[in-house]
Amino acid sequence: MKIDKNTINKIARLSRIKLDDKESEDYINDLNSILDWVEQLNEVNTENVEPLSNISSSILPKREDVSKDANSSDEILENAPDKLEGFFAVPKVVE
Amino acid sequence: MNNLIKGEKHDWEMVIGLEIHAQVKSNSKLFSSSSTKFGSSPNSQVSLVDAAMPGMLPVINKYCVEQAVKTGVGLNAKINNYSVFDRKNYFYADLPQGYQISQYKYPIVGEGKVTIDFKDGTSKDIRIVRLHLEQDAGKSLHDQNPSKTYVDLNRSGVALMEIVSEPDIRTPDEAGMYISKIRSILMYLDTCDGNMQEGSLRADVNISVRKPGDEYGTRCEIKNLNSIKFIKQAINYEAKRQIEILESGGSIEQNTMLFNTSTGKTRPMRNKEEAHDYRYFPDPDLLPLEISDEEIVKIKSSIPELPDELKNKFIETYKLSNYDASVLTAEKQTSDYFNETINSDEELKNHAKIVVNWITSELFSLLNKNNLDLNNSSVSPENLGQLIKLISTNEISGKIAKDVLEDMFSSGKTARQIVDEKGLQQVTDQGEIAKVIDEVIAENQKMVEQYLAGKDKLLGFFVGQAMKLTKGKANPKMLNDILMQKLNKKN
Repeated sequence: MKIDKNTINKIARLSRIKLDDKESEDYINDLNSILDWVEQLNEVNTENVEPLSNISSSILPKREDVSKDANSSDEILENAPDKLEGFFAVPKVVE
Repeated sequence: MNNLIKGEKHDWEMVIGLEIHAQVKSNSKLFSSSSTKFGSSPNSQVSLVDAAMPGMLPVINKYCVEQAVKTGVGLNAKINNYSVFDRKNYFYADLPQGYQISQYKYPIVGEGKVTIDFKDGTSKDIRIVRLHLEQDAGKSLHDQNPSKTYVDLNRSGVALMEIVSEPDIRTPDEAGMYISKIRSILMYLDTCDGNMQEGSLRADVNISVRKPGDEYGTRCEIKNLNSIKFIKQAINYEAKRQIEILESGGSIEQNTMLFNTSTGKTRPMRNKEEAHDYRYFPDPDLLPLEISDEEIVKIKSSIPELPDELKNKFIETYKLSNYDASVLTAEKQTSDYFNETINSDEELKNHAKIVVNWITSELFSLLNKNNLDLNNSSVSPENLGQLIKLISTNEISGKIAKDVLEDMFSSGKTARQIVDEKGLQQVTDQGEIAKVIDEVIAENQKMVEQYLAGKDKLLGFFVGQAMKLTKGKANPKMLNDILMQKLNKKN
């Protein structure tokens, strides 16, 4: 797989990151060398090998359904750049 | 049944599939301990996990997993021993993580089916593709300020079950019946409260149109409908829109639509260029979810009688029609009420059909008129049973029973009390009825002559007069018989 200009632009847009031409060039090179490195794994024959999701072989820990009263609004809104009556206020998003 | 829509050149058929989002009825969220209570003050039920603070890790709620399995069993579906949580990536102000934890390739529940019943006694299976667990997003308020959107994260992270159907639905009515049936199953199972107004149950509708027998057409998806009425309206509008485009030579663009509840119209939500690319990948914070056969068996054994089983039981035990039985079992409170009524007196078991009618037409219309439901009915099942017994033993007529029911409803008295107090017992004494009829005939000689001359319609008049004299208490059949006898004798 090769990263080209279109792909890098798409990734940047999906990540909401603005890139200038110089940065795009740099990222194309960086990402391509990362992919080339990872692609070495293709040399290994993985036929009939189940995908390994985790090396810890532990099982998914579960919680009981107990709710904790958070009364969190002050804490949660502490870092908000803008808020109103307990709500986060953000630039208008309408679809 | 004709499910087709008339077009300019030929008929059209709708092809509809639903994605239903059902909120799991749990105390805490899917991956955090925050409360799920509806209507709390904004952002008061948001943990650091829900707000996606750096370093926070999700821990799954065991109860939510069990509810999903339970629901899967209720949908006659395959439960998967192995399922995986994935991240569905997108940016939106009410999604602090920047991704929704959902299930993509390996859902917790696989293929199933539900049956819907039509009025004419036929039924149809709608196939289920899958059910998966996912997080709900926060809530955005767009209409409070011209330049701001307000965000409340209380709902963020609440557990949802997304139930996806095959495109087996062909009419707006079927879509309504399908979602009602799912809602009914969820409520019997008690895995979702089914409250559509509060958004505990909402649906996305996929719809396309085609010439019957053709391949599926291009579909559009209408997002986030929270009432059966809106679902039907949106489908009707969208089908018409698509047919108009196709008949004027155009083609359908696959699109996500929004339904405007005040205009009844759909409009596209996002255009194709910006089509979402969700980049699903397994969530590295969560191990795969494994459920053993023993756990599944244990959950299965905890499942109560479901509407379809109950329906078949009613049909078999009480010889009810498929439709009557499905009306009775659509809501758990209705079937409970029926059971309690019919079990209140052995005798009533021979009059099941009458019991059904008194619940689903007389009592329901009184409740509707007063904006109440069975849960807060002032007429208890035992009292309704007593009223029906009075009818079945001919003590009062069906007509008078309706008044008695209204009285019971407003005064809270029993049927027996009202009938005794007001002296409403039916007159079944032959002699007494005959006396009244003689009176009516004597007073209306002219009419009698006209009747005998062939004006048959006057019979109703005589019955009415006699009923008036007995204050409606004469046994209608006896009254009719005796009246006919007497009139015919004159002939």
